[in-house]
Amino acid sequence: MSESPTPGGQEYEASLKDSASAVAEFEHAPRGMIGTIQHVLHGNPTFVPVIILVASITVFGFIAGERFFSPFNLSLIMQQVSIIGILAAAQTLIILTAGIDLSVAAIMVLMSVISGKLAVEFGVPAPIAIVISFIGGIAAGYLNGWLVTKIKLPPFIATLGTWNVFFALNLYLSGAQSIRGADIDTTAPLLKFFGQSIAIGSARLTYGTLLMIAVFVALWYVLNKTAWGRHVYMIGDDKESAELAGIRTDRTLRQVYMLAGFICALAAWASIGRVGSISPQSFYEGNLESITAVVIGGISLFGGRGSIMGALFGALIVGVFQSGLRLAGVDVLWQVFAIGWLIIIAVAIDQWIRKVSA
Amino acid sequence: MTEPLLKARGLVKRYGRVTALDHADFDLMPGEILAVIGDNGAGKSSLIKAISGATVPDEGTITLEGREVSYASPLQAREAGIECVYQTLALSPALSITDNMFCGRELRKPGVMGKWFGMLDQKAMEKFAREKLSELGLMTIQNINQAVETLSGGQRQGVAVARAAAFGSKVIVLDEPTAALGVKESRKVLDLIQDVRSRGTPVVLISHNMPHVFEVADRIHIHRLGRRLCVVDPKSISMSDAVALMTGAMQPEQVSAA
Ligand SMILES: Nc1ncnc2c1ncn2[C@@H]1O[C@H](COP(=O)(O)OP(=O)(O)OP(=O)(O)O)[C@@H](O)[C@H]1O
Ligand SMILES: [Mg+2]
Repeated sequence: MSESPTPGGQEYEASLKDSASAVAEFEHAPRGMIGTIQHVLHGNPTFVPVIILVASITVFGFIAGERFFSPFNLSLIMQQVSIIGILAAAQTLIILTAGIDLSVAAIMVLMSVISGKLAVEFGVPAPIAIVISFIGGIAAGYLNGWLVTKIKLPPFIATLGTWNVFFALNLYLSGAQSIRGADIDTTAPLLKFFGQSIAIGSARLTYGTLLMIAVFVALWYVLNKTAWGRHVYMIGDDKESAELAGIRTDRTLRQVYMLAGFICALAAWASIGRVGSISPQSFYEGNLESITAVVIGGISLFGGRGSIMGALFGALIVGVFQSGLRLAGVDVLWQVFAIGWLIIIAVAIDQWIRKVSA
Repeated sequence: MTEPLLKARGLVKRYGRVTALDHADFDLMPGEILAVIGDNGAGKSSLIKAISGATVPDEGTITLEGREVSYASPLQAREAGIECVYQTLALSPALSITDNMFCGRELRKPGVMGKWFGMLDQKAMEKFAREKLSELGLMTIQNINQAVETLSGGQRQGVAVARAAAFGSKVIVLDEPTAALGVKESRKVLDLIQDVRSRGTPVVLISHNMPHVFEVADRIHIHRLGRRLCVVDPKSISMSDAVALMTGAMQPEQVSAA
């Protein structure tokens, strides 16, 4: 790069050689409290779910008293949200690409039925049955990704279709019959691995809870610290630009769906430990519950924005609400009512934060 | 006579009933600055997109260094050494300047973390991005990790140009790179273009700014109605004649050929 403007420049450019060469810096004018809050939240979108989580724990602590705050209850909440939490991690991946996956819970239940059938009824060694269910999860994800990238179906439609397909397959394979916990215990106890727990005082941390945390930490690393993760955000932000800028968008999208499918298969294994048996009818609303966690976690449904940790906090917020309201003796009906408002308020706050010019 | 580095013959691109390219030809000589001028909608951007793999032409051939090529994606063209600043810039608004600068060419940490866990070397990437912006005189960008959507239009254009210049190897294509830039920043881009040429890399410059075109171009490709009307030498034609050709007020036969 030449230092001074080329002699061939236009006359009006003569003074350019004297132009300032330092990076610009400015004094920041005071913003006022609300403005400052808005600004800080804009820079750190995960603060919102964290604040809601802390606030709701505090409020329910007051309403429901001692019992709510007990280590036992808090670890129980983690346990209760672990499966939806893992599904929400998979859902976050898809939503970051500006998609949506209605089939996550259906993939999970189908994979738990497959591993259960193989291990308990056909005598396949449990590790092999589990590996087969992982492969099945990846294949199911690949089907979704293929429909989205090759057939060019909108993700909503593609996964609405596969949700039904997977659910029907699951009923067919299971004959709409549950596999009893006692049968799993005698033939393939490994399937219930994630139901085991370690006790810390009166808190009981199940392996399933630890798995959920591990999944989130791993995905956080992948999304923020690796090139592939940055590409996932780019695709969700503006797919066409990402393609022009040299990202293999369709291939990356298929990988995202496959990874989500794999995570669903992990959730399947964890769910057997959590529930204690395998029921083809379980988690029917898991798709929507995972989306709820993601949305409350401040991840934009339009893609490209939000942190995966938000979904973990979102899942925990739902768990805290349910547990707190139950301990306070509130009817299930009103728990659902509260979650509904929570979604609306979370998204409204999100919109407000986005209005700030960074 | 030297062979063109990049050559296209008979390119046709139709969008439904709109014909964007109508048997267009194109030649880029090694080490030259070729300006492409033409009315709005003449098909300049369509030509560039065909050459850079962003669209696949319906007909025609493209030859790079004497070998016929056909790109299915911008990535393939990029890997072949064609770096492009699109008119739409192709930036991700929610992502940082650094993220946008690299886009598939990220730097990994040395050692195990980078090799086995794919960990990005954020520090090195930020430093590189800052250097490239400074070379372009984009000193008003205060934070290299600012989201691109928070930049002004001209700053965004600067980021896109810096990206192409940082990685360009065989050919750099700039589709109206100075349209939104200020006086100083435009001058820097023109300096940069000449700098790139002096390193032996040819540049394709699309621009509506005639003084700029006449200042830096070695040859001017005049595009009209989806095809190459003619190629002229800026030293032997006046700006007004070039504009007359471009708008159809004059025919090429009326000017002495380049
Ligand atoms: N994606 C598209 N779909 C339909 N028509 C298109 C598309 N892209 C370009 N065209 C048409 O092709 C023609 C050429 O467009 P192009 O963008 O190549 O013009 P241009 O010479 O770059 O113009 P400008 O100077 O305004 O940038 C126009 O008539 C335009 O309407
Ligand atoms: Mg154009």
